[in-house]
Amino acid sequence: MANFVVSGTPHVRSKESIQSIMRDVIIALIPATAMGIYFFGIPALILIAVSIVASVFFEWLYQKLLKKPVTISDLSAVVTGLLLAMNLPASAPIWVPIVGAAFAIIFAKQLFGGLGQNFINPALAGRAFLLASYPTAMTTWTAPVGFSGADAVAVATPLATLKTGAMPDASLTDVILGTNIGGCIGETCAVALIIGGIYLLVKHVISWRIPVLYILTVFVLTAAIGRKGLRVPVYEIFTGGLMLGAFFMATDYASSPVTPKGQIIFAIGCGIITTLIRIFGGYPEGVSYSILIMNLAVPLIERFTEPKIFGALPKVKEAKKA
Amino acid sequence: MQALTFKRGVHPPDGKALSAEQPIQVILPKENSELFYPMSQHIGAPCEPLVAVGDHVKVGQKIAESPAFMSSPIFASVSGEVVDIRPMLVPGGATVKSIVVKNDGKMEEIEGLNQGRDYTTMSNEEILAAIKDAGVVGLGGAGFPTHVKLNPPKDTPIDHILINAAECEPYLTCDYRLMLEEPERIVKGLQIMLKLHPGAKGVIGIEMNKPKAIESMTKACEGIDNITVQPLVTKFPQGSEKHLIYAITKREVKSGALPASAGCIVDNVDTVVAIERAICKGRPLMRRIVTVSGKGIKNPGNYKIRIGMTLRDLVDAIGGFNEGANAPVKLIAGGPMMGPTLYTLDVASVKTTSGLLCFTQEEAFIPEERNCIRCGKCVEHCPMGLQPFLLNACALKGDGEGFVKHHGLDCIECGSCSYECPAKRQLAQSIRATKKIEAGKKAAAAAAARAKAEAEAKAKAEKN
Repeated sequence: MANFVVSGTPHVRSKESIQSIMRDVIIALIPATAMGIYFFGIPALILIAVSIVASVFFEWLYQKLLKKPVTISDLSAVVTGLLLAMNLPASAPIWVPIVGAAFAIIFAKQLFGGLGQNFINPALAGRAFLLASYPTAMTTWTAPVGFSGADAVAVATPLATLKTGAMPDASLTDVILGTNIGGCIGETCAVALIIGGIYLLVKHVISWRIPVLYILTVFVLTAAIGRKGLRVPVYEIFTGGLMLGAFFMATDYASSPVTPKGQIIFAIGCGIITTLIRIFGGYPEGVSYSILIMNLAVPLIERFTEPKIFGALPKVKEAKKA
Repeated sequence: MQALTFKRGVHPPDGKALSAEQPIQVILPKENSELFYPMSQHIGAPCEPLVAVGDHVKVGQKIAESPAFMSSPIFASVSGEVVDIRPMLVPGGATVKSIVVKNDGKMEEIEGLNQGRDYTTMSNEEILAAIKDAGVVGLGGAGFPTHVKLNPPKDTPIDHILINAAECEPYLTCDYRLMLEEPERIVKGLQIMLKLHPGAKGVIGIEMNKPKAIESMTKACEGIDNITVQPLVTKFPQGSEKHLIYAITKREVKSGALPASAGCIVDNVDTVVAIERAICKGRPLMRRIVTVSGKGIKNPGNYKIRIGMTLRDLVDAIGGFNEGANAPVKLIAGGPMMGPTLYTLDVASVKTTSGLLCFTQEEAFIPEERNCIRCGKCVEHCPMGLQPFLLNACALKGDGEGFVKHHGLDCIECGSCSYECPAKRQLAQSIRATKKIEAGKKAAAAAAARAKAEAEAKAKAEKN
């Protein structure tokens, strides 16, 4: 008699997998990565490569040492490594992404249970760790010189100039395209990030709620509050790391709310904190910290935004029953 | 007409092309084959045999029944000798006491069979009694006794009788064929139901992926004012009772309530035909239509079988399995989203057996389970608005309280969450298992509370 497989329902599964989702995120990051390399040249390329290899290596190492199944083929470490590199200045020394990747993968991700269990975004945690430990290396911005061979000169980012209440030299077109401005490798070309974000939306990898509401909140608040009378909300949303953060970091599954209402609260919270740090805080940019802070609030947000079930009993009746 | 639907849900590949164009073929059990009649093929009290080993039974003879209202009698579908009464495996995986009849191949019918009546001259009580006496239960899968469903409490007026022709389970095509081949009988059955509830309107809900069925049913309903055909969006689980009601009436059946509380009665296509047969043809429920499909079977198609045949006899009668690389490795009773798997073909077909899927290695592939990445796709697609990833976590931790608090008991086990899950987690399976445990606890607590109240009342009475 033949042996038949017995298993729980359902017996058909969608084609989508963790790997296919991560692959989509990587595809979505390609335009911004390409532009980062185009603007910042060979050093950017090296940092990106080192960061990805280091992230995958630490994931592999941790899983090997702890005799856990090795899951590097799910590509999640590649995404973390790529995002970490996108958040580094092109002038950073080569060991910076290695240290950052170790912190991101081992401390932020694996120690809490690995994929899906990290309560904060690993790449941002890595970046925050680097920023606190090596502030000079992490905040020395250079002008985009591409492959011209010219010496990279230190420049101020548009946000740092805005902080003083002055309008930066870079035009609106510059901050949208990423030309002539300093910044992290992956954050300067807003249009490339938006193209990637749209790809993720079309592929249903992320929902519109977090990116759209996050950006909208920053827009509204910078318009309302202004900087010493300077109100340039359109300029504000295209500059700094907002596009990268809103489309690729705040939407990290593990560290953002699952519930639709929760995502709305999370996005608005990110927008408020980003604006407050940008205008009133000690740093010129607040995207990373705003997302990290809101990451911590996710369990609380989810608790209060449980979706209404189909056929829910009226509240009063429920109380009576109890 | 605008296609209606519910919120959320999934779109699995439908697999219906394998059998959709195969006309319904009648399969009669072979002479000397054994047929098994399990005592419980419905929701409610199990039946007790009315025959003993050695008795000769005829086609249409009532061989088991129960005095309970919530039950349904069982009829012999062949003539022959009762050779045994013993436990037999049924598709759900349970082993149930069954009457075993050895088919003598003569198909001798019992007297009084085939005395069809004109339902328009019958009283409602007579119609309900005739339906009960014909052993009609919901043939869509649950097996809820039809006479109970058609007779809801007086304080819940029925204004809609819905025919569930969504057939949203992939692969299954038996309802589809019935709509193409015998539409007038479906309409007749629905008219009988409408006679019981004259204030109601009849709506036949069909998914848009069956345009021929919509056409066929629309034609059959022509000139009848109180019956309409309603196209539905092709989406799983459109055929879930609660979601069909929502799609058509926009009413939500409240948690824990029956459809009648929303003014609706929902019955599956084959059930309605069984009602028509019972009343107009005077024949009890002895046959049903089964879709046999999947890449592992030689001749996928739709077969009208005698209830009680083993699935092995059915498979043999239609040409058997494929061999080699296309040999089946997984057998499913019903559709691929909700049907339980079988470990053997030696299973009795019962009133609720709607399909037999024979999946090859390729179709039966079970992906490896990974960490939940909290992508929220299960939440986005759950037709009940639950959070399956959370229920899964509660289930794995053994946190029954959390499971109930997050409405785990409202899960309809449709499997949409597992279908969508990119981490390939067995969400539905873990939720189903925990649901059983928690529902059992709830029932036990309710029983204990009742017993306590009774004991206290008794003690009080004695004191006085």
